[in-house]
Amino acid sequence: MPTDARYDYALREPRLPKPVDRSLANAGIELDVRLEMYRKLHELRQFGKRAHDLFLENLVKGTTHLSLGMEAIATGFGAAMRPGDYTFATYRGHAHSLARGMELGPAMAELLGRENGILGGKGGSMHLTDASKGMMGSYAIIGAHLCVANGAAWSAQMRGTDQVAVAFFGDGTTNIGAFHEALNMAAIWDLPVVFVCENNLYMEYTPSDLITAVPNPAADRAGSYGLDSIVIDGNDPDHVYLTATNALRTARTGGGPSLIEAVTYRSGGHSRADPGKYRPESEVEAWKTRDPIPVYHDRLLSLGTSEARLSGIEREVAAAIDAATEFAKAGKEPDEGALMTDVYADGGSRWRN
Amino acid sequence: MAQLSYRDAVAYGIAQEMRRDERLVMLGEDIAAAGGVFKTTVGLLDEFGPDRVRDTPISEQAILGATMGAAMTGLPVIAEIMFSDFIAVCFDMLANEIAKSRYMTDGQVSFPLVVRTANGGGARFGAQHSQSVENWCMMIPGLKVVAPSTPKDVVGLMAASIRDPDPVVFFEHKALMANKAEVPEGEIVDRLGAATILREGTDCTIAALALMVPRAVEAADQLAEAGISAEVIDVRSLVPLDTRTILDSTAKTGRLFTVEENPRLCGWGAEVVSIASEEVFWDLDGPSIRITTPHIPLPAAAPLEDLALPSVDRIRNTVLESLDAGRVA
Repeated sequence: MPTDARYDYALREPRLPKPVDRSLANAGIELDVRLEMYRKLHELRQFGKRAHDLFLENLVKGTTHLSLGMEAIATGFGAAMRPGDYTFATYRGHAHSLARGMELGPAMAELLGRENGILGGKGGSMHLTDASKGMMGSYAIIGAHLCVANGAAWSAQMRGTDQVAVAFFGDGTTNIGAFHEALNMAAIWDLPVVFVCENNLYMEYTPSDLITAVPNPAADRAGSYGLDSIVIDGNDPDHVYLTATNALRTARTGGGPSLIEAVTYRSGGHSRADPGKYRPESEVEAWKTRDPIPVYHDRLLSLGTSEARLSGIEREVAAAIDAATEFAKAGKEPDEGALMTDVYADGGSRWRN
Repeated sequence: MAQLSYRDAVAYGIAQEMRRDERLVMLGEDIAAAGGVFKTTVGLLDEFGPDRVRDTPISEQAILGATMGAAMTGLPVIAEIMFSDFIAVCFDMLANEIAKSRYMTDGQVSFPLVVRTANGGGARFGAQHSQSVENWCMMIPGLKVVAPSTPKDVVGLMAASIRDPDPVVFFEHKALMANKAEVPEGEIVDRLGAATILREGTDCTIAALALMVPRAVEAADQLAEAGISAEVIDVRSLVPLDTRTILDSTAKTGRLFTVEENPRLCGWGAEVVSIASEEVFWDLDGPSIRITTPHIPLPAAAPLEDLALPSVDRIRNTVLESLDAGRVA
């Protein structure tokens, strides 16, 4: 095993977070919105932790990609989006699904592969979808869903609605062709779409800056498509909410697409198979101080919300997560009849007479 | 109506449906102002305007991604992939996203879309612009696959594909574009999954697709002169596949031949022959034979390409030799 920072990434210089922007406390966001975001942060965090625990109990099979530490992005956008808007997420899509209102029980049951899962057990962790809530899917092959989000935006434009499509993706996505194809098409057609890069600094197990030609993988490419270069603190729900509100308004009023790079950090590995040991310890420790939840907790306290109110929200979320877990565990394994359904629109899989 | 070319039938069929459904849109490279590199979309921009008939950049993933996202949110779409070889550039969209999302989401989303593409050889374009790739699409659960051989079928199957709630890949054959035939007046709507018997016969069944259909018919005419009565079936649609028509015919004639332009391995005929061997084995009087392009990339030079694709002579001779061998035995 080489002990060289070129090959052992844990020996590299840590990439440290920027300090919290304390002025965001005075951003003029209504308290109700902030409390709802606080609740959502906890919901996403506790759901992620529970998914991890259920993995260790061998109840969640396959793989799962958690957003632990990255919840502020889904939270801020979820609060800013309207019910008719469209979300397109990656395989790291639990947070975005819940942020759009997917019920906790069916979401958890899907991870367990149960009949009462949101997809009847047929999609699994990487494909959470709830079209009734505008959550148009979690896409597990990098890049594709940016192009699909364009289509939803085009559809909204053609149908004359003011719906907006939002595509969330990681820093790694910025190096695949579909990213560039999607941005160009969105720009030339003025599509009502918002592209949100969740830059967690690592493309799976590899530091993004080592394999990307520019320091900011999304924002530094924006100019190529005539878009503004936007980098925000992806760990601050207020910053995300304000940015999202602006970009959504632009899209809704015919101003075309936006590309937003939200810098964040995942507190765990890429997937359940990955302990994340390729990261400098000092880097992991530094980002812990920027965990969105305690920072937001302190902000709400500073704005006059009582500790009792915040801990009350946490308890309510904990109870909901417990209930969702019970719902999932109580679900049956899928019936064998489900195997052959819904390949085609007639509900079946028949390909010959 | 007067005679219509296969090429003109494409725009004619699309226009019929765009008039019927005002939501229907189309996109692709050079399809609007230029009318398509094969001139299959001439006149559509003028009639339906630039919002509904859109030129795109050379971005096949963006084209099929936009097609998918639009279809799943209530906008039916026709996409053009200029050459079917380019499906390889956006196969993720077709094979992983469009085809699988209904199943993966437990039926939450639908994809009323058609991907049109110019398929097949004969134009001396070489290995990257001449392939018959219908088998690439046939093997993906969730897709439907159609390949008409006549102008009338282009119109009728286009309408059926557009009205179908599932994603359909619609293969237009480059070497058939100039063929003209009578197309009846009025709305024409066919159905997917129905093969047609073009020529009745009693000694053998020849199942063919797209460009291979007229060649099979001509071979059958020549076989008739040699005293062999061949029944010719235009398969028309690979998914859904009208096995009933093929199997009934095979059971009647006792011999099955498939004529496939795709290269040998895993061509559609392999599936048809396999089904026949399972289901009408005891009605067969001899082996089922596949007549295909060899397992090679297509060459550009005319004599080599002609040698590669199943020709009228090869079809006729293969049938003759095989039936003669049966008689000797």
